[in-house]
Amino acid sequence: MKSLIMILLMLVAVTPVLAQNAADNYYDPWEMAKAREALKAEHGNQINTLILGERLEYHSNHGDSLMIWQAQAWVGGDVQKLWLKTEGEFDIEDGEFEEVELQALYSQAVSPFWDLQVGIRHDFDPEPTRTYAVLGAQGLAPYWFELDGQLMLSDEGDLSIRLEAEYEFRISQRIMLQPRLELNGSFSDDDDISVGSGLSTAAAGLRLRYEISREFAPYVGVSWNRSFGNTDDFVRAKGQESDHVSLVAGIRFWY
Amino acid sequence: MRFMTQLHQTKIRRRQFLRNTALLGGAIAFQAKLPAWAKSGRNTDLSGLKAMAGSQFALQVAATKHAIDGKQGRAVLINGQLPAPLLRWREGDALTLNVTNQLESDTSIHWHGILLPFQMDGVPGVSFPGIKPGKTFTYEFPLMQAGTYWYHSHSGLQEQLGHYGPIIIEPKDADPVAFDREYVVVLSDWTFEDPHRVYAKLKKMSDNYNFQQQTVGDFLDDAQKEGFDRALSERLMWGAMRMNPTDIADVTGATYTYLLNGHSPLENWTGLFEPGERVRLRFINAAAMSIFNVRIPGLPMTVVQADGLNVEPIETDEFQIGVAETYDVIVQPKERLAYTLMAESNDRSGFARATLTPQLGLVAPVPELRPRPTLTMKDMAMDHGTHQKDNPAAARNKLANTDHIHMGHGGVDHAVMGHDMPAMNKDQAHGHAKGPGVVGLATNPTNRLAERPHGLEDAPHRVLVYTELRALDRNPDVREPEREMELHLTSNMERYMWSFDGVKFSEVDGPIVFHDNERLRLTMVNDTMMPHPIHLHGMFFEVLTRNTADTHKPRKHTIVVKPGEKLSIDITADAVGDWAFHCHLLYHMHAGMMRVVSVREGKAPA
Repeated sequence: MKSLIMILLMLVAVTPVLAQNAADNYYDPWEMAKAREALKAEHGNQINTLILGERLEYHSNHGDSLMIWQAQAWVGGDVQKLWLKTEGEFDIEDGEFEEVELQALYSQAVSPFWDLQVGIRHDFDPEPTRTYAVLGAQGLAPYWFELDGQLMLSDEGDLSIRLEAEYEFRISQRIMLQPRLELNGSFSDDDDISVGSGLSTAAAGLRLRYEISREFAPYVGVSWNRSFGNTDDFVRAKGQESDHVSLVAGIRFWY
Repeated sequence: MRFMTQLHQTKIRRRQFLRNTALLGGAIAFQAKLPAWAKSGRNTDLSGLKAMAGSQFALQVAATKHAIDGKQGRAVLINGQLPAPLLRWREGDALTLNVTNQLESDTSIHWHGILLPFQMDGVPGVSFPGIKPGKTFTYEFPLMQAGTYWYHSHSGLQEQLGHYGPIIIEPKDADPVAFDREYVVVLSDWTFEDPHRVYAKLKKMSDNYNFQQQTVGDFLDDAQKEGFDRALSERLMWGAMRMNPTDIADVTGATYTYLLNGHSPLENWTGLFEPGERVRLRFINAAAMSIFNVRIPGLPMTVVQADGLNVEPIETDEFQIGVAETYDVIVQPKERLAYTLMAESNDRSGFARATLTPQLGLVAPVPELRPRPTLTMKDMAMDHGTHQKDNPAAARNKLANTDHIHMGHGGVDHAVMGHDMPAMNKDQAHGHAKGPGVVGLATNPTNRLAERPHGLEDAPHRVLVYTELRALDRNPDVREPEREMELHLTSNMERYMWSFDGVKFSEVDGPIVFHDNERLRLTMVNDTMMPHPIHLHGMFFEVLTRNTADTHKPRKHTIVVKPGEKLSIDITADAVGDWAFHCHLLYHMHAGMMRVVSVREGKAPA
């Protein structure tokens, strides 16, 4: 069956171009058709992958220590990709996940530096869980700012927005200083997950990494996290700190 | 010292000149404490590559381990040799070459620069189906030319693994180039990484191998030298375009060991000479990705051949050799001194090196690598009229260029130097392809054939430029072109996408059609910020270096198109069949910077 399909495919490939491909006059046209397909695949049609662990880090904050991760991975061609993103927090003292987020997105390169992304996000933690529809744009802005902006609509009907920006100062060929800013905002309250309307949370960080190899770099840094407005009220009501600075240490890796 | 025993001492000579090889192994200089670049290396007579001569050849392609500087790597070699055996042919002979594939994947041999029936050209999917594992393919073709050429795989990324070797074709008639002794100099790049991994890394992080980027410290230095405002505005200008001015080479000395006749700088390939001899050096750039700047401090070089075809002798001190180009030079060392042959990669991240000496044991100092050049606004083909004033590097560049034009190219035809080709399709001329794969830049491309290559603008000696090349023989076809075409070299470095006219080979719809015996002018515009060695299979082309009426234009099979450049070549489509046409930087071709040119019988439709 498989070979029959192959033969049919090749007939389709060969028939209209028999006279067009000069080598078909000297070699088996079916062999040539296969070689042409291989040639195309080998010259620009590869499927590539990336796994990027941007942050896998330990946060110290008045003895309340956390592990935080943020990673993304993609598989696909130059233009179309399947893109996965995950981030979360694990409370080391309590031995519990506080936040676990996973996104699965279809990504389409729409310009030299920008990808349009659409898909879903599911938060396994905190409880109650939420699922979102996501529309985002990720790319490189002029002056080398790495940006990722997402608009999200939850299954509760709440619309929220997230913006992340990163920059890299090259201190040496292997040492990078990376400022990072993340802003989260919401257009309505979702009391159950402690999100209030308006600017909800902001995080700013500065990380200094050493690239032992390009793929593997330990870092140290500082991170400032703060909640605002209604979100701040929710956080305080739970007896949590709404404004804290942490020392961080972690690794960045890619494959 | 094991490498010594692996080497074959086949010396190539014109006149009888027997040398006592008892000296071999007698003098081994070894300075372990010095940095790698400063080591003189082991000075042994490694003068010959193993040669095969005649008209019948048997070549075996096999996967093997190969050691460079004592470290084992994975290789794909022909007859177990790196480079592959030197094939010595004679013009007029009919050749039979049986190539056996002992790999587990398909292979092929492309005879680079050789004029032959297209079905013998060796490009799988274009000229033939490829050579399957375990099979033998017989190449048969007559030789209609003489000169220095080379051969290599056109399958996958095998070329990076050592699947390349030199070819010398002796002329049927008297050689216009007189010499007493000759050496082939095969330049290449070697990595211990899997080439598919190298490519994958570039796709993930395109600056992965660039360890010469501008740092905060460089900015502060520039601010001190040029003033803060100027340094900042220069950084902002590049940043606004998301372009990296240090992006000279994609794959660098960070992974490459640069080889000369298969030997690392430490191994120091050595060629012997007798003072007063005319020594012919046949340079072949068989690298996958590396453009070299070649010089022999203290020894002027007379270029006598380019891409296998004789040129009017032109003396120089340094030349750049793009991937797949060949240059033959004559040197005539008069004293009993050793000389270092230095081949720096164009980004100065490493070098290949050899010693020419009258006596084993003698070495010359190895010059330090010169600073890495940076790109200028001219490379972006932006409006340099306004930007160059603000950019000292560009201004320097411009100054140097002006000098060249004054230095003996007074008769430059402005129809060529400029870019207002009379019959140029105006829509095409500035029509940029668009899309994720194209960072369109070249708004004001210029002809840069008279300019020195990157990083050699300020070299305090003579540097070969393309306009200095002049064919020794009258061009066989001096007709004016009947048709003109324009092709843009396009890329997006950030995504590591490379293409012609913004379309990768995998997406292209059909070949570029030429008609039998048609005379064409192909104008190439480099919209990218890298030099691309563009190679047309099956036909030589004339480079429009001076004026269109010149009957001795240099004829080449490969030409480096500089960043931001617009140049023209004239082609006589006299080879019916399908031919590959591509950038000879291996990973650019792999990314899609390729086309098929189909020369079809019958007249062009009017």
